[in-house]
Amino acid sequence: MNTKPEHFDEMRVGDDAVRSPYDSYKRWFDEQPAGRFARKSKEAEAFFRRTGITFNVYGQVAAQERLIPFDLVPRIISGREWNKLSRGIEQRVRAINAFLHDIYNRQEILKAGRVPVDLIARNEAFLPQMMGFSPPGNIYTHIVGTDIVRTGEDDFFVLEDNARTPSGVSYMLENRETMLQMFPELFSRIKVQPVSDYPKNLRRSLAATAPQSCNGKPVIAVLTPGIYNSAYYEHSFLADQMGAELVEGHDLRVVDGHIAMRTTRGYKQIDVIYRRIDDEYLDPLTFNPKSMLGVPGIMDVYRAGNITIANAPGTGVADDKAIYSYMPDIVEFYTGEKAILKNVETHRCGEADSLKYVLDNLADLVVKEVHGSGGYGMLVGPAASKKELADFADKLRARPGNYIAQPTLSLSTVPIFVKKGLAPRHVDLRPYVLVSPEGINITPGGLTRVALTEGSLVVNSSQGGGTKDTWVLED
Amino acid sequence: MDLRITHTTTYAYDQPVSYALQRLHLRPQSNVMQTVLDWSLEVEGGVVELTCDDHHGNIMDLVNTTRGATELKVTASGTVRTQDKAGVMGKVYGAAPLWHFTQQTRLTEPSKAIRALARPLKTSDNPLRDLHGTSAAILNAVPYATGQTYTETTADEALAGGAGVCQDHAHIMIAAARAAGMPARYVSGYLLLDDRIDQDASHAWAEVHLPTLGWVGFDVSNGISPDMRYVRIAIGRDARDAAPIQGVRMGPGDESLIVTLQVQQ
Repeated sequence: MNTKPEHFDEMRVGDDAVRSPYDSYKRWFDEQPAGRFARKSKEAEAFFRRTGITFNVYGQVAAQERLIPFDLVPRIISGREWNKLSRGIEQRVRAINAFLHDIYNRQEILKAGRVPVDLIARNEAFLPQMMGFSPPGNIYTHIVGTDIVRTGEDDFFVLEDNARTPSGVSYMLENRETMLQMFPELFSRIKVQPVSDYPKNLRRSLAATAPQSCNGKPVIAVLTPGIYNSAYYEHSFLADQMGAELVEGHDLRVVDGHIAMRTTRGYKQIDVIYRRIDDEYLDPLTFNPKSMLGVPGIMDVYRAGNITIANAPGTGVADDKAIYSYMPDIVEFYTGEKAILKNVETHRCGEADSLKYVLDNLADLVVKEVHGSGGYGMLVGPAASKKELADFADKLRARPGNYIAQPTLSLSTVPIFVKKGLAPRHVDLRPYVLVSPEGINITPGGLTRVALTEGSLVVNSSQGGGTKDTWVLED
Repeated sequence: MDLRITHTTTYAYDQPVSYALQRLHLRPQSNVMQTVLDWSLEVEGGVVELTCDDHHGNIMDLVNTTRGATELKVTASGTVRTQDKAGVMGKVYGAAPLWHFTQQTRLTEPSKAIRALARPLKTSDNPLRDLHGTSAAILNAVPYATGQTYTETTADEALAGGAGVCQDHAHIMIAAARAAGMPARYVSGYLLLDDRIDQDASHAWAEVHLPTLGWVGFDVSNGISPDMRYVRIAIGRDARDAAPIQGVRMGPGDESLIVTLQVQQ
């Protein structure tokens, strides 16, 4: 780490003063006997192995399954900071749902010229099959994982909205569980808002969006692509935690106009399906006919109003990074308010002026594919070699509309535990948001991802990042 | 004109079916050109699971074949009263915006030859006349012939092959119109032929949107715009969207398909 504090550190201000959210924790940490933390770190790893939370990394044949490193030092956010953040997230998520309903129905925002038609028309995630249809409760994004970064005391930016299929919530829950096991005494000293209600809230939220045709207690199922999927653990974990069925496409059929699962006692109707498979594979009768993972006819059942699909097909439009660049307008258009959370300045390479600027300043920028996610296919200018920059410039010139560019943000740092004690590392935050007709529920905290390498800004678990528990204080 | 239609589709399976779904577009709707007087849909060897509308405003039925069946028979029949509007459907719009119909699909992706067909349309001062010209040019290049193309044949392939049926003609027309920047769509339906009652197959034609007239139909195969002998069933961006029947079937075995269609006054 540089001696000069270029980055906002969430624990320390100046040389040694501790920021108030970390007061109690730091005092406790300093009381710990030497060696205890190293021991606890090993225990935590063993705990994770026992509970079986692992992560499949694409492109790593030798280590198909590995643990995401867990750091024992919590990231701490004050209740006051959280209130502002959660108001901003709620506003944004409301706007995204209104936006999705609009572009699949009246398209007022396109008619008003606030978002260019081309961005929707040429958007691979836009599904014409969703046009002229309102899903139950007009809800498209039942579960959202808004990625947020911080650069200063009051500076929070949304990096990605993840309206499609945010993963990782099981890490949020397991991280807290691990911390409670490792340091029970800490939680009696410091009052932390609980996260363990998430599965119960998820169940309740999904049940509240059941289609009108459902009478009685809604049956919820988690649809997984199967055990070879990188997030299978999370699918089974969530199904188990919320008392829902865990199903694969071949378990399901159309019966009496509904989707039903085979059981030993015949077919059981499903009212809400939390699907963890991509749109393209969801229904071979409607989308990719070669899909073996999906449920033929589910789109017809959906349009007939006989099932809720969470998240709704076609929500990926909102995750498009060119659409992201319009998010402040989108928030204003649908809520009539200024966006509470900031957007990162975004250059749309499809526009000639922007492309020129991006090519001229490539070494300082982060360039992303408009449809990309998970840190794949992106260029981090400051970390790239001359050859990498030149190669990427060629890609940009060949398909400019496929890319956006953003300044490299100086992400905040929080302490992690290393051999010498505490050391700052860059982090982001993914809070988990549930949307239902009853309202929006945001679990206090979320998943903090941390770049474990000193100075690194890449927090993605697929690129060597770790996680830590996130505390929102009761204050 | 009152047209009486009986359209029967029979699937014969060489092994009992374990699970098969068919999505039907077999229900005409009333509009400026036609009034549905009566209509019914009968299914033997399966059940209608649900009926709903799709994103183009077509009515679709989802049929589930009875487990163990070796035959599925779907009969759509009824009477439709038609009017001659010279093919002008007009400014009637559904949920899908016009830009949706300017987008090519896999089946209409234009080749060089299709772009050449589109060229006169791009600079036309009389698009209606020139669209009829395009239609004639397509029929000239692709004479009507059965057995030369199949349901997945693209516009480009049909044009290159130099032979095709109404589906291919409609796809080429749509591809050319879109290549010229005009919204265009596929229409499936029925046509009363003057000399016979039993038809070989259901019909299809293209519609192109003009700023002045709205949607106008072009039946390339017959070199005219649809008149009172035409009944429309479904629309879409291509044949896949508007197909009378499409389905998926799990498990082994082969199937054969027999279609009988009667259209009479």
